[in-house]
Amino acid sequence: MKKTPPERLIDENGRRIDGRLPDEMRPLRIEAGVLKNADGSAYVELGNNKVIAAAYGPREVVPRHEALPDRAVFRCRYTMLPFSVDERKSPQPSRREVELSKVIREALAPAIFLQEYPRTAIEVYINIIQADGGTRTASIIAGAVALADAGISMRDLVAAIAVGKIGDILVLDINGLEDQFGDGDMPIAMMPSRGEITLLQADGVYTPQQIEEAIKLAQKAIQKIYAEQVRALKSKYEAIKESE
Amino acid sequence: MSEERIYLPSIKRDVILASLAKGERLDGRKFDQYREIRLEKGIVGKAEGSARVYIGSTQVIAGVKLSIGNPFPDTPNEGVQIVNAELSPLASPLFEWGPPGEEDIELARVIDRGLRSARTVDLSKLVIIPGTKVWTLYIDIYPLDHDGNIIDAAGLAALLALLDTKVPKTTVDSGKITVLEEKEPLPVTNLVIYVTVAKIDEYLILDPTLEEELAADAKITFGVTEKGEICAIQKSGEGSFKPEEVLKARDLAINASKQLFEAVKKTVGLADMPQQAQQA
Amino acid sequence: MPIYVKDRQIVVPGEAIGEQGKIKIEGHVFRIGKKYYSKVLGVVTINEDAKVLRVIPLKGKYFPVEGHTVIGKIIDVGFTSWDVDINSPYTAVLPVSEVTSKPVTISRTDLSKILDVGDLILAKIVSFDLNKDPVLTIKESKLGKIPRGVLVEIPPQKIPRIIGKKGSMISMIKEMLGVELIVGQNGRIVIVGEDPYKVELAVLTIRKIESEAHTTGLTDRIKKFIEERLRT
Repeated sequence: MKKTPPERLIDENGRRIDGRLPDEMRPLRIEAGVLKNADGSAYVELGNNKVIAAAYGPREVVPRHEALPDRAVFRCRYTMLPFSVDERKSPQPSRREVELSKVIREALAPAIFLQEYPRTAIEVYINIIQADGGTRTASIIAGAVALADAGISMRDLVAAIAVGKIGDILVLDINGLEDQFGDGDMPIAMMPSRGEITLLQADGVYTPQQIEEAIKLAQKAIQKIYAEQVRALKSKYEAIKESE
Repeated sequence: MSEERIYLPSIKRDVILASLAKGERLDGRKFDQYREIRLEKGIVGKAEGSARVYIGSTQVIAGVKLSIGNPFPDTPNEGVQIVNAELSPLASPLFEWGPPGEEDIELARVIDRGLRSARTVDLSKLVIIPGTKVWTLYIDIYPLDHDGNIIDAAGLAALLALLDTKVPKTTVDSGKITVLEEKEPLPVTNLVIYVTVAKIDEYLILDPTLEEELAADAKITFGVTEKGEICAIQKSGEGSFKPEEVLKARDLAINASKQLFEAVKKTVGLADMPQQAQQA
Repeated sequence: MPIYVKDRQIVVPGEAIGEQGKIKIEGHVFRIGKKYYSKVLGVVTINEDAKVLRVIPLKGKYFPVEGHTVIGKIIDVGFTSWDVDINSPYTAVLPVSEVTSKPVTISRTDLSKILDVGDLILAKIVSFDLNKDPVLTIKESKLGKIPRGVLVEIPPQKIPRIIGKKGSMISMIKEMLGVELIVGQNGRIVIVGEDPYKVELAVLTIRKIESEAHTTGLTDRIKKFIEERLRT
C-alpha cells in the first residue's frame, strides 16, 4: 500500500491538500479523565491523529533500587498501536518509538515539580491509536493534560505543534502526507505560561531566519492549544458547578 | 547501552557556575571555545571509510561499510543509508552493557537526519541495478572515551569517514553483478557539522566537558551546512530554553561551525578546492 | 496587590493566582517574584474573615503527615513489623512495639496472629520524613484493627467534605442511615452497618460528595439525596 506523492502540496491559492492555509491548525479535541484506572488521563484528536495518554503516580518505584533520593523518577513510553498506520507496525518497540519516548519525556519533565516527590515514580504511557503526522505533538498535548488530571504538581502545562516546510513556505501542523512528501518537520513544545521551549527538533534545511519564524508561528498555535487543554481540564468540574 | 543517570554533586555545579559568572570555564576556555580537536581519517583498512576524532579527551571512531542490498520500497532508485551508534561501556563508567538504549538511538538518528536533510551523500549515485540492487551504506559510530560532547565528535567522525569512503565500481551483465577492484570516492557534497550548545542556568557554552554536561539543564544540537543553514535540531535534557536562547544558540552554532568545516576540509585536502556543488 | 481569581474557581497548573497582600496565599502554589501561581488542577477557597486564599488540589495521592489518622491495609508480615499500604506512594511500617505495650516474643507466626495480610487498621502516623518511610502506631485508644465493614476510597483532598464543617456532614449521614463511618485522612472510609441497603446508600452518598466536593450547598443536596432514596 505505497502512497503516491500528491502532485503538489500547495496550490496556486496557497491552499494545502486538505484545504488549509499555511498558518492553520487542524481541528483539536481534548478530553480529560477518560480512564478509570489511571491516576490521570487524556484523549486527544489532532486532525486524524487519535492519541490516549495515561499518567500514574506518584507511586512506588519498581525496581526499588532505581528510586532517587531527592526527586521522582519520571518515565515516559510512546507506543504506536499496530493498526494505527497504513502498513501494520510490528508491536516490537522501534528505534523511532525509543527516541520519541525520550524526547516526549524531556518535553514534559521541565514542567513537573519532580523534587516534591522523592523516592517515587511518575509514569506517562501514550498510545497512538491512529497516526496522521504530528503524533509526538499530540502525545505531549495529551501527556500534559493527563499529568495535571492526576493532580501532580506542575509549573505549567505543556503544549506542542509541528511546523513544516513546503518548498520555502513554512506550514503549521503538517499532516501525514505533508510530513512524508514535504521539505521539513520541526516539532516544538512549550510551557505556554512560562514561555519556555521544552522540545525542539528539526529535519529539512532552514535558513537561520526561518528558525525564528517557525518558532513565532508555533507560539501562536501553542496559545490556542493551551486554551483547549485548560478547557478540557476545567470542564468536568465546572459542569457540576453549573448544575447547582 | 543506556546511559545511567548520575548526578553531579551540587558543590561541583556551584563551582562551575561561579566560574561561569566570571566569564570563564573551569578549564579556562571561553564560552564559545572548543577544546583541542584532532582529526584522523583512514585508520581502519578493512572499512570502506573510517575516521577517528578527538575533542579534548573525548574520542569517537566511525567506520563506513558497504554492502549490496535492496532499496527501500518507496525509494527504488536510491541507495540505503543506515547510521548506527553504540555507547559502549568501554567509553565510560556511565554506559551500561546491553542493547542500544535511548541515548545510542538518539545519537544515531540525529546524525542520520542531518546528513539526510542536507543530502550529504547523494544516494541516487549508489544504484547498481535500478529498482533492484543498490549499495547499502552503513555508518557505525563508536565513542571510545567520553568526556562530554560526544555528538559533535560523532558528527565529525561520521563526516570524515564518509569523505574517506571509496566505493567499488561494478559491472552488471544480464542481472549478474561483478564487483571490481577499482574504486571511486563516495559522492559526498553538502557537508554537515554538528554543534552542541549546553545551557547551565542562563549561560550558553559550546563543547561541554562531561562535568559541564552533567551540570547542564539542557542541550541543543544544531546540524549546520557550509552555507550556514540549519539541517538538524535536537534539544535534549530535562531543562528548557527561552526562544531567545534558542536563537542565540543557533548563532553560536553557525559561527562555531566555520572553524570545524576548515579543520575537516584541511584533513581531507579540500582546503584549496572551491566549495562543492550545493544542492538544495 | 491584585488577586486574579474568585472563591471556588477551578485553576490549572501555572495559572496566576495573584500577589500576596491583605490576603495571604497558601496551599499548592509557587511564587515567581511577587506573583503566585497554582501548582495543581485545583479549586480556590477564599476565607474572607481569616484573609486567607488557599489552592487545594481536586485530586492526588495521600502524602503522609505526622499526627494524621489513617486507614491502612496490611500487605506484608515481617519478623518485628508489618508493611502497611496507606494509599500513598510511600509504604508505611507498623513496628510491633507500636501495637502492644506487652513484651512480645518475636516470631513471624505470632505476628500474623495479631494482624495478617489483608487486615484493615485505624492507625496514627507517628513519624514521616522524605528520607524514610512513614511509621504507624495503633497503641492509642480508638485505634486498632477494623474487624468488619465496607471500604471506600476517595481522593484524600475530599475527606474534609465528608466530615463537613464541625462534623456536620458526617453526623448527618450517620444519623440518617444509622451507620458508623470510620474516616482516615488518607482518603479511606469504612462503613459499618447492619442493613446492607443502608450501607450501599452510604457508599453512593460518599461517591456523590466526592464528585461534587468543590461546590456549594452540598450539605443540603446530600440531605435531599438520602431522603429521596430512603423513601423508596
